[in-house]
Amino acid sequence: MPTAMDIYKLLPKKNCGECKFPTCLAFAMQLANQKVALEACPYVSSEAKAALEESGAPPIRLVTVGSGERMAKLGDETQLFRHDKTFYHPTVLGLIADDSEGLGAMKAKVEAAKAMSFERVGQMVRVDSVALRHSTGSPGDFVDAAKHAAAQDLPVVLMTDDPALMAEAARVFEGKRPLLYRATPQNMDAMVAAAKGCACPLVIGGTGSLDELSQLADKAKKAGVQDLVLEPNFKSAGQMFAEMTAIRRAAIKKKFRPLGYPTVSVLGKSPSGQMRAALGVMKYSSMVLMEDMPREFLYPLLALRQNIFTDPQVPIQVKPGVYSVGEATDKSPLLFTTNFSLTYFTVRADIEKSRVPVWLLVVDTEGQSVMTAFAAGKLTPESVAKAIETEKLKEKRSRDDIIIPGMVSRMSGKLNELTNMKVVVGPRESTGLSKLLKNLGG
Amino acid sequence: MVFEVPKEKFPGRIREVALGATKDEGGTRRAKLVAGGSNGLPFHGFESEAPHKPIIVMDVVDTVRAVPEALANSMGPVVGNPVEWAKRCESEWGADAVVLKLQSANPEEENRSVEQLTALVKDVLSACSLPMMVYGCGFEEKDAKLMESVSNATKGERLFIGLAEEKAFKSLAAASMANGHGIVAFSNLDINLAKQMNILLMDFGVKPENIIMDPLMAALGMGLEYSYSVVERLRQGALTGDTVLQMPIICDCSCAWNVPEALEEDLSKGRAELRGIYWEAMTAYAAVVAGADMVIMRHPSSVAKLREALADLGGGA
Repeated sequence: MPTAMDIYKLLPKKNCGECKFPTCLAFAMQLANQKVALEACPYVSSEAKAALEESGAPPIRLVTVGSGERMAKLGDETQLFRHDKTFYHPTVLGLIADDSEGLGAMKAKVEAAKAMSFERVGQMVRVDSVALRHSTGSPGDFVDAAKHAAAQDLPVVLMTDDPALMAEAARVFEGKRPLLYRATPQNMDAMVAAAKGCACPLVIGGTGSLDELSQLADKAKKAGVQDLVLEPNFKSAGQMFAEMTAIRRAAIKKKFRPLGYPTVSVLGKSPSGQMRAALGVMKYSSMVLMEDMPREFLYPLLALRQNIFTDPQVPIQVKPGVYSVGEATDKSPLLFTTNFSLTYFTVRADIEKSRVPVWLLVVDTEGQSVMTAFAAGKLTPESVAKAIETEKLKEKRSRDDIIIPGMVSRMSGKLNELTNMKVVVGPRESTGLSKLLKNLGG
Repeated sequence: MVFEVPKEKFPGRIREVALGATKDEGGTRRAKLVAGGSNGLPFHGFESEAPHKPIIVMDVVDTVRAVPEALANSMGPVVGNPVEWAKRCESEWGADAVVLKLQSANPEEENRSVEQLTALVKDVLSACSLPMMVYGCGFEEKDAKLMESVSNATKGERLFIGLAEEKAFKSLAAASMANGHGIVAFSNLDINLAKQMNILLMDFGVKPENIIMDPLMAALGMGLEYSYSVVERLRQGALTGDTVLQMPIICDCSCAWNVPEALEEDLSKGRAELRGIYWEAMTAYAAVVAGADMVIMRHPSSVAKLREALADLGGGA
């Protein structure tokens, strides 16, 4: 984003006050904070307007594919490393249906892509899109498959180098914005015209170098197609990593506009293609398209995507409350921990190892771990006692003991006083729980 | 506007740390390995050098108790026979090194004696000629005695022993120093603690070239993102010149097998065995992409997947 001074230089400096601010500088400061719109200035020149719009644009353009609830968002990233802030838009995964397999198989793949969804730690994770590819099959099948896919609610990628066929297939989508794959040095002008004709986002690829890729992107933009997705060319994972890094760096660190677009990687179904998909998720592929995604590969890949695109500024939390680990009964031991998800899952896994059914009380600590929450006063004997009361644990159980984390042994006296429960100080690390639980029994 | 790839140079470099000693160097290992040595971000061959590839260490656990049943079934009868297991790591599974985890020393479980376990270490060393690491059971008192004994019995082999923790490092450090071994400095997902551990060890007299850092790898789906970012930040800290962070990083990715999702029977997520293999391979892949110089892995098929991915990363650019 431009600073107030950058903006001020472009303003008329009349201090007329018609924008409702006393001076142009005051107005510039409001603009920099995005509190007002540039239109409030009646005297700003069109050159200044264009310059400000350009410099205010995000370093990587946001490109949307599809429409409605499942619209896919690509790009608009601002960082090279997730720890510097966060990554915003998880890599969009798409399953490729090729027309060499025939129309029936293509339709089946569209259905397969739709069915590839899972619930994981309270979120829906899934394959987000389907890509229809014209290779050796009949163009008629390709268009029919497009008609079938257009009737579904998931975003579609159309893959053909033939601009006329592309235009025909894109027409059936009527504003549902399929992503057109792709314009190359060979079909550039006609494919850009096709994209412009249907107002669809367009992939630029098939180039020999990033320099050439950036030139084509610039050309497409000048021809009026701004929603672009870049496909760098690579023969190995090493090269993929290098090209993706170069594009991301150029866009973010150098504000190099011709590469300030999201990226796509089309990967084979070999084992190396699968690991490249994982690389794409970590290192800057906005979209990954694959012919085959076996579920034993897909599920861990989706978990990886969820992990990498977790906002580091917001600890992932689990819902506070009481959880039955195994088939807990009124005679089962009671433990508590915090609602920081990493803590919760670690404790839970260690309890499961003991095979002893347990009531696990998750106390709301705003997503902090045991020690951090204890030090910050967010895990106190009072908050634990309150959670026990809210969850009616005394009514649920016939025993009156509670196991507390070894790290907070200091709260045992006060907790006993507040709840009249027998307080058992557990191990400092949850790995020791198994032993304790086996001894305690249920 | 001609596009030039923006390149970055860093003033720092990861220290080279050698594992294992050959006959000429006073040990019995087939070859020694070197970890670290890079002056750039991981796999950024277009702007930096990385003289040594990431090292794949396969783990050998000395008790079936610590191996999930489904995994043990998948790996075959070597589980339960650490000597055979280590042999297989070398002869068939393509490990670069082996870490022997002496879990059975656990005084609350098998509580095997220091003598028995020292003998086991010697047996594994004679059955397998790869550079070796030896981890204790995590109980301070037992590990202190165990590592002293192991260190004395393996003089000159340049083992790496672990895990040294903030509150329990002196006996391990002394054991490593006494006979020319190295040490693994453990910290719990905390960059400052990782740094503190290195400082504590060096103040105690351990030379920096004998230290490897383990910043705790959280498995895929179990907080991997924390480890991923800690490793990226450690690597960047080292490269920007923090000499106390320039030790190679090791990530123990065998933790993937403790994730319930990796092995649960649920066909909607594919076959459990293969899913577990991907689970470990992707955990390890994330570790090396973030900047780990060494990874510990368990399943031979996950190792094969990572090996292939590393070859693919090394190609071109």
